[in-house]
Amino acid sequence: MTRMIKPAIADRSADAQVEVALTVNGEAVRRSVSVRLLLSDFLRHELGLTGTHVGCEHGVCGCCTVLIDGKPGRSCLTLAAQANGYSIRTIESVAAADGTLHPVQQAFKECHGLQCGYCTPGMVMNILGRFEEKEPLDLSDDGIRELLSGNLCRCTGYLNIIAAVRRAAELLGKTPA
Amino acid sequence: MKPSIFGYEAPTTLEAAISLLAGDPDAMVLAGGQTLLPAMNFRAANPSLLVDIQHIQGLRGIAVGSDAIIVKAMVRHREFELDEEVKRANPLIAEVMQHVAHIPIRNRGTVVGSLCHADPSAEMPLLLALLGGSVVAQGPSGSREIAAEKFFQSFLTTARNHDEIVVEARFPLLPAGAGWAFDEVTRRHGDYAVVGVGCVLALHRSGRATGVRIAACGIADRPIRLKDAETILNGTTLGPLDLDAAVAASLVAVTQPDDTNVSQSYRRRALGTLIRRMVARAAQRAETVA
Repeated sequence: MTRMIKPAIADRSADAQVEVALTVNGEAVRRSVSVRLLLSDFLRHELGLTGTHVGCEHGVCGCCTVLIDGKPGRSCLTLAAQANGYSIRTIESVAAADGTLHPVQQAFKECHGLQCGYCTPGMVMNILGRFEEKEPLDLSDDGIRELLSGNLCRCTGYLNIIAAVRRAAELLGKTPA
Repeated sequence: MKPSIFGYEAPTTLEAAISLLAGDPDAMVLAGGQTLLPAMNFRAANPSLLVDIQHIQGLRGIAVGSDAIIVKAMVRHREFELDEEVKRANPLIAEVMQHVAHIPIRNRGTVVGSLCHADPSAEMPLLLALLGGSVVAQGPSGSREIAAEKFFQSFLTTARNHDEIVVEARFPLLPAGAGWAFDEVTRRHGDYAVVGVGCVLALHRSGRATGVRIAACGIADRPIRLKDAETILNGTTLGPLDLDAAVAASLVAVTQPDDTNVSQSYRRRALGTLIRRMVARAAQRAETVA
């Protein structure tokens, strides 16, 4: 289900503003933003795309991971101002419009790869981005742990997430290196 | 945690960026932002102005030359790690890059930004110091090349002047047939190194080592070339007694005091262990040269 991007609301901030034009989930967005607005807050507060979660705000937890020009990156370590001209993909763009889950999401569901689900959007975006890289995938336990090493989960103990990555690779016909 | 108020400029020319820096003593350069933005979110860094250099022409791309790999200022860690030509020209680099944070951080963070940040535990400064590389800094009065051993001065301190921008780094190629190795002791994979050691060496057909280079991070206020150990090992067959002597001569280089993670004596032990392992691994990979 694709969530609609919120229309702009009048800004009451006294901060210096900068004009940004970027693409979010395939849609062109042009806004005036505070120069200190983080991309994570831009997506959540300005665009209403609250599927991108915010955990630590210093790059450790990985909850806010989105695709920045196709590559996983921390939206809390990127300024909205820096994202001028970028193409951003968030979790809202992953499932089909009719709600059909993407194979990575389906794999998380099948393998019980989430409990509270707070870390899941960041996990899914990171995995998606890595799957789209040309670089061969290492689907050994160590290789998957390395892939997930930048995403913290405080519920599951990771075993089911590792299983979900392997299952997602299977569903997507990704063969290990 | 949100950053405090600052100004933001995204110039498209190097000249404009340099004059912005020259005009504000509290301005900082923003490249990938993977260290600067967390520091700003913590309000540990409070620049008055960020000069975002990503839109400046000519700061992208990697060029493998006949003696060095030129890495421009906006090259991300992950690009450096995966570049096929870089892998061929200097396979040590890919081995080092595995240890730099996590993939999403490597996708955004830049190699040159890491050098300019000059964290003494970080891998990029060690790599430049180990290979004997250099950086090129451009300021209002032109550009200058600064060798790694002059560039890294102390904790988070380099020879870069405030109104200079490091436009590229030069990582020398490995000598023909040279073996290489890098590993680190760390609390968690991807975290800063407690101690990291890199080694490059060649083997003469007599079995004796030549061109030995060893450097460590995490042991002092900057990356350290262990030149005494290099001198001891050059011309030897890298036997156990040679390694004992090289390790013994290196321990004095550990000047980091005890901290909340580890004691100084732990760092010394870790350094010794890593030197032995990295010399052995590099020797295994070295092809015998005439």
